[in-house]
Amino acid sequence: MTTEHTDTAEKSGYRYIGKDRKRVEDPRLLVGRGGYIADLKLPGMLHAAILRSPVSHAWIRSVDATEALKLPGVVAVLTGEDCKAKMNPCMNFGPATIAQYPLAVDKVRYVGEAVAAVVAESRYLAEDGVDLLEVDYEDLPPVTDPTAAMEPGSAVLHEEHDSNIGCERIFEFGDVNAAFAGADLVVEDTLRWGRSAGMPMETAGAVAQPGFNGVLEIYCNSLSFSYFSFLIAGALRVPSNKLTMKPVPAGGSFGSKLAAHKVPTLAGFLALRVGRPVSYVEDRIDHLGNSDHHGSDRFYEARMGFRADGTIVGLDIDVVDDYGAYMQFGVGHHGNAFSQVVGPYRFRDVRYRLRAVLTNKCQQGAYRGFGSEVHNWVLERLVDSGAARLGLAPEEIRRRNFIQPDEFPYTIPGGNVYDSGDYPAVLDKALSMIDLDGWRAEQKRLWAQEGRCVGIGLATTQERSVFSSTEFWFLVEKTVLPVTSSPESATVTIDPTGQFQLLLHCQSMWGNSPETVGATVLAEEFGIPPESVNVRYADSAHALPSTGPGGSRYTVMVAGAIRGASRKLRKKLIHIAAHTLEVAAEDLELVDARVQVSGAPETGLTLAELAGTAYFFALDLPEGMTSGLEESYTYDHPYTTLPAPDGSDFGVFYPIMGHACHIAVVEVDPDTGMLSFLDYVAVHDAGTIVNPRSLGGHVTGGATQGIGTTLYEELVYDEDGQFMSSDFRDYLIPTAGEVPAFRIGHVQTPSPFTEYGIKGGGEGGRMVAPAAVSAAVDDALREYGMRVRQLPVKPWDLVAAVQTGTDRQLQRRLPRRRDR
Amino acid sequence: MTTSTAAKYGTARRTVTMRVNERGVTREVSTRTTLADFLRDELDLVSVHLGCEHGECGCCTVLFDGHSVRSCLMLAVQGDGHAVETVESLSVNPAELHPIQESFAEEQGLQCGFCTPAMVLRTKEIIETGQELTDAEVRHEISGILCRCTGYQNIVNAVQSAGAKLRGEATADGARGGRS
Repeated sequence: MTTEHTDTAEKSGYRYIGKDRKRVEDPRLLVGRGGYIADLKLPGMLHAAILRSPVSHAWIRSVDATEALKLPGVVAVLTGEDCKAKMNPCMNFGPATIAQYPLAVDKVRYVGEAVAAVVAESRYLAEDGVDLLEVDYEDLPPVTDPTAAMEPGSAVLHEEHDSNIGCERIFEFGDVNAAFAGADLVVEDTLRWGRSAGMPMETAGAVAQPGFNGVLEIYCNSLSFSYFSFLIAGALRVPSNKLTMKPVPAGGSFGSKLAAHKVPTLAGFLALRVGRPVSYVEDRIDHLGNSDHHGSDRFYEARMGFRADGTIVGLDIDVVDDYGAYMQFGVGHHGNAFSQVVGPYRFRDVRYRLRAVLTNKCQQGAYRGFGSEVHNWVLERLVDSGAARLGLAPEEIRRRNFIQPDEFPYTIPGGNVYDSGDYPAVLDKALSMIDLDGWRAEQKRLWAQEGRCVGIGLATTQERSVFSSTEFWFLVEKTVLPVTSSPESATVTIDPTGQFQLLLHCQSMWGNSPETVGATVLAEEFGIPPESVNVRYADSAHALPSTGPGGSRYTVMVAGAIRGASRKLRKKLIHIAAHTLEVAAEDLELVDARVQVSGAPETGLTLAELAGTAYFFALDLPEGMTSGLEESYTYDHPYTTLPAPDGSDFGVFYPIMGHACHIAVVEVDPDTGMLSFLDYVAVHDAGTIVNPRSLGGHVTGGATQGIGTTLYEELVYDEDGQFMSSDFRDYLIPTAGEVPAFRIGHVQTPSPFTEYGIKGGGEGGRMVAPAAVSAAVDDALREYGMRVRQLPVKPWDLVAAVQTGTDRQLQRRLPRRRDR
Repeated sequence: MTTSTAAKYGTARRTVTMRVNERGVTREVSTRTTLADFLRDELDLVSVHLGCEHGECGCCTVLFDGHSVRSCLMLAVQGDGHAVETVESLSVNPAELHPIQESFAEEQGLQCGFCTPAMVLRTKEIIETGQELTDAEVRHEISGILCRCTGYQNIVNAVQSAGAKLRGEATADGARGGRS
């Protein structure tokens, strides 16, 4: 079975946009020349290895490096004391009282936190040095249960912060009490979303090099340089114009390299101390336990009210989020949840109590969905619960609650706007791709005749894209840096022979096909083959305002930037042609790499001819025009507004709203808890599609990660804060055997706010799959009363549900299970 | 220093000779150097990617006497007298891809490219068995290599497409087969 693509879009009229084409990135990756950070070797380069804390909470009394420094090849050992003396805390959008350095200062706050760095002639020697370090710890009580962490008398992680509550707020829109009072049915659930992470195959890494004129150069595979470079400079006490961040391709991110700030900050710090280039590339243990990006770790008490006809009337959420030891992004994860707090549904009354708690675990960061995937799962759990209680089919209750196509743009409680959508069309499309009635009949038959447990799960969720930076601060009462910019820039150069260079001003070299997207848009604008475009990346010394990928924004934003630069270039080309051909500019058009007279296409000039003039024949140019063909454009967020000063409204911050429906058909073996997929349909609406193949790759990759989150992956700490998932034997990433052959469908409702109507689609798969797979598991084991309340749901959870359910229902004479 | 201490601190060295991508190489290496680091650092074959260094992710897969091994779990000295192939043996020129590499490009069997050399080599090994596999069998055969980007289906398609292509060259039959 192959991945099927189906599309319901009407003919777009685009020549390249929307066409299934090979990616332009692939050839160099296929010959093994991705140019990843570990491939970089600089003359005189040293290597760093890190000593990590074996205890979750302790004062660091001393670090003895005597023996390590005796080892030939070891150049330096640096500790938190050195950091405290020579640098400022790392970048931080959380409370200022929760400061973090790349090496722990005074105390360690989680197992795996960096305590000391050894710099040596090779990585082998650096690790030898780590083995020889002696650290004296004075243990403190571990704080691992977020509820207990909030209690007065709990040990405090950050003395300057007084308590372990990073943020506590209650937000209410509408009248939730009245809504629930008038409800015919209220469903309540205690739900638990376990901690997982993006876990790219390539870890984070950086190479820092003291350069000329006091410049510090840092090559790294995080995107920090475009948006956060000045903050890293501040941490390193280097003037921002003397820090040059150099882009390096990343072997996957899924959010985990969104900021990844500690790695480049540490490499920079070490290079400054030893005066030589220093490479620090995390190994897998470093990355699992000390990455900047563990995902959400949430405990929910959630309620949803319904009328008897299935209409949802209100949502009441009380969430405790275990942020770990530091809060680099504040509570932006919940800003993301708020961008689509009602999902695709029409209800107006919402209460959301948030407590963000500090515990002795690794900090949280971004992971594909950035918290809204969790909210989607909670919403869908509640909707399914309501449907079951009201006797409605999953698709029917959703149909009755959908925001309708003629209601867009639609303002949700909290102030965010959904730009456009056709949710019934997405549902219809998904249903048309799968024989739901057939599967339901087959499900009944297999149960009755063979005792086989087949389940069908359906989820319809939002897929917000294109964040505005207000979401990083509007949930807190006092903010340090209320930024409002999240632009993207592009520079397009046509060289003297008419060939195109595209310069991107951020580090976007992830799996999101930025070069294919950029080349496709440029091809569309000028009628040139996408493969002919050469794409490059600016370093921070040359970068225009830029934010980089994240929050499913890059395709939308870079398309806007390229189109803006292209329009400026087109205008210049037409003026040169008008001057040369002695015709009015209004009578000319650019078609297929040629400027020609409208209606008389035989009269015209090719791009090569015009470019030659622009570069080498200044006297042939219109008066006042400068030589050359290069234009830049900075595309700002297409639609964002400020929050209300009194916090009554968050403003518009995430308005480009995609939508998706997944239907999963699974079979669960009730004896072993093994789950297998019988079918999987995923229909997404990401507006105008630039390349269905690369978008489809996002959907399948994201859905696979969603399946991992639902069934396999969890970063586990025991009650002492010991880290139990420090390698891939404990942190289980789905292999090719665990995932289905997804069948992908596309619906396109273009955004009215973006260029070409593109919406983001980078996170979609993981935003939906956990809800669909959870529902399928419930359905498979419904005879046993299964209800997924905790992710990941492991085989033994399923077996336990079967056993308890069987005990409960002994009298019901369950059918015989199939003979195995 | 005792022998074991010498090995621990990298002072024990030995000369190894192996064929790498059809060329003979002789180097003196520290006995504790992994095959992966030897290929990457000594021979500059940076297509060998290290994702976990404990044998779970498979990104460092190379062909060792024609069979896939995890080069992070082997020592360079174990390669003495053996033949190693990395993805550089197929093609080092992005403009002249090997049919297997071409199939991965056609089917978009990659995104970030980090597991890709391992997947390409594994595909070569699968195809060279001469067997036509179902999709389910292909999934089993590649399940030792983790891919975090693609969700695998496009890789399965690429393996099938490359197999059909290479068999087609031998039998003048370009039809795709092996689908379940």
